[in-house]
Amino acid sequence: MKSWRPGKVAMADAVRAGVPPVISYNEEVIKKFTIAAMFWAIVAFSLGVYIATELCWPDFNLGPAFLNFGRLRPVHTSVAVFAFGGNALFASSFFVVQRTCRARLAGPDALHDFIFWGYQFFIVMAGLSYGLGFSRGQEYSEPEWNITLWLVLVWVLYAGVFIGTLMKRAEPHIYVANWFFIAFILTVAVLVLVNNAAVPISPFAAKSYVIYSGVQNAMVQWWYGHNAVGFFLTAGFLGIMYYFIPKQANRPVYSYRLSVLHYWSLIFLYIWAGPHHLHYTSLPDWTQTLGMAFSIMLWMPSWGGMINGLMTLSGAWDKLRTDPALRFSVTAVGFYGMSTFEGPVMAIRQVNSLSHYTDWTVGHVHSGALGWMAFISFGAIYYMVPALWKRSGLYSTRLVAWHYWIATLGIVFYITALWVAGIMQGLMWRAYDKFGFLQYSFAESVSAVHPYYVIRMIGGLLFLTGGLIMCYNLIQTVRSPSTERREAGLPAGFAVAGE
Amino acid sequence: MFNQHTIEKNALLLLVFTLIVIAIGGIVEIVPLFTIETTVEHVKGVRPYSPLEMAGRNIYVREGCYVCHSQQIRTLKDEVERYGHYSLAAESMYDRPFQWGSKRIGPDLARVGGKYSNDWHYGHLRHPQALVPESLMPRYAFLAETRLDYNLIEKHLTTQRFLGVPYTDEDIANARQDMLAQANAQADQAGVAGRYPKAVPVPGQPGFPSEMDALVAYLQVLGTMVDFADLGVEKLQQ
Repeated sequence: MKSWRPGKVAMADAVRAGVPPVISYNEEVIKKFTIAAMFWAIVAFSLGVYIATELCWPDFNLGPAFLNFGRLRPVHTSVAVFAFGGNALFASSFFVVQRTCRARLAGPDALHDFIFWGYQFFIVMAGLSYGLGFSRGQEYSEPEWNITLWLVLVWVLYAGVFIGTLMKRAEPHIYVANWFFIAFILTVAVLVLVNNAAVPISPFAAKSYVIYSGVQNAMVQWWYGHNAVGFFLTAGFLGIMYYFIPKQANRPVYSYRLSVLHYWSLIFLYIWAGPHHLHYTSLPDWTQTLGMAFSIMLWMPSWGGMINGLMTLSGAWDKLRTDPALRFSVTAVGFYGMSTFEGPVMAIRQVNSLSHYTDWTVGHVHSGALGWMAFISFGAIYYMVPALWKRSGLYSTRLVAWHYWIATLGIVFYITALWVAGIMQGLMWRAYDKFGFLQYSFAESVSAVHPYYVIRMIGGLLFLTGGLIMCYNLIQTVRSPSTERREAGLPAGFAVAGE
Repeated sequence: MFNQHTIEKNALLLLVFTLIVIAIGGIVEIVPLFTIETTVEHVKGVRPYSPLEMAGRNIYVREGCYVCHSQQIRTLKDEVERYGHYSLAAESMYDRPFQWGSKRIGPDLARVGGKYSNDWHYGHLRHPQALVPESLMPRYAFLAETRLDYNLIEKHLTTQRFLGVPYTDEDIANARQDMLAQANAQADQAGVAGRYPKAVPVPGQPGFPSEMDALVAYLQVLGTMVDFADLGVEKLQQ
């Protein structure tokens, strides 16, 4: 339980290189982001379970408008992606950039704190606004113009601090994890600025109208929507993978060449994939075809990342037995490989004609969100917390193992239930009887999936349970006397380089 | 000269090259949609929403109806038989935001207009399971009790006109009146019908235009604007 200690090798490297091993990093802001990530994770999972229950038994829409599925689902997706995922990315990117650059975050600490509180303010305002009935009505991009402006301010400062830290680095090379963080920060800025371009009806009213309409609005939205997946949920989390898996496994990244190749090809190809959300719609065929072709090509760089992550464990696979936190990171990469194979398959027009509008898509999203994004974040947070709070290790690796198995079982329940439900919906909608009439009414397809919705809800409940176990374990890690470091600690705010 | 070794030692170069690489796909796919003239078909009948329909549409957006209902009939045989003629780009040319949706927990609504009576919609929105026992839809009775807020209705129209929707000065001057008239089937409909052909009057309570009136007026116009009888396939080529 206490055998696991990060950073020994990198520290030795630093000493050999003749640099002072002790650098002052801003760890306090990373701690805040880590706590926020766990808090919002629990909120996102709980909301998910609640709205899944509403889909099982609509009476759980208890009456007040803000508890209705239509208003809560955008809160669930935004909290999961932008609050849980976002805070995990802020924490890990600040953790990684300081250590791989051997430099303290650029700018004063007060600025970093402003970014933290500013981002939490954005999340709270966005969530409240959807609940109270202010929404742009475009998926994953619901905040109205005034909240978007606030986000832009926070994001520009974040980009400034991150890039500023790269500029003052003491290492000649920019480490691969930071390339992915750069792509994430930059592209998300471009996506939000273009997709949220809107004209408010009055400077004093929250309501605005987006500048694009109809088919162009659809294309811009799914260019945004798919690349929120590509750059927020993929590039950013690949940044996490490229630092934490080598650290946890204590091995170098498998292939530098592969990381160069898959970085440039991934960011080039991803941006084209949006139109696969619009197959057989009023979007012109040429755009649909481009979207499909690039989505299929995207399979290769995605698997490039997976291979690089998994093969980093060559010679260290035995660590999976002893380090359940590493198990999270590696399973995450496995789910990443699975969803980035499923995605291109679903982007093929003929497959999409069956899968689109069904729960198959929802299952696919969750194999990415739970299996990849949440698991790689869990792995990173399990690694960061003892390092940040200067503890000798995690409070209990046994609890990490419990979390791992309960959460994995939850994902399996979730995605298998929705595979069955989704394919069934798709087949029922297109089924003909022997007289050549449509065989099922829409309502019949709704009642047919009820049992699978219940299984999905149970899967979500398991995943939430795992999250709560993790919170308990982390709190104990910080507070329990059993994890105190034996050797003389460094003064507060200092860390061993490479740790 | 700009090889990987130079780029990864220079934060600004890495930044600029990343920006160039991510810009290409979006530009190639998005810009032509604004310049190729046939992207939006030239069909007759599509008009801007009446003030009441627009208010109803904003309630549809606010309540997150798009989370469960698509408004896009794909060019697939079973969809056309279930829902009606496949959706045209022209039919959503005034939609800000577009509401094509991505998930059907409930059925597609692109052509729900005229399929059910006004009374059916009022009853269904109040208590969906009373009319469709299998339904998973929440109850929206509160919309009937909420007075429609139309203080800024002219601003909605002028903002949309600024973005290119062809509202005339006359439309804007009469917005309030048209809204109240359409929300009260007893009122004189000549003005509304002249400015907004095929607009469906709804039987609201006089003096209390509710959010539900607006939503029903919107639902009743969905997919009804284009007359498909005189449209050949060649006219729909994109």
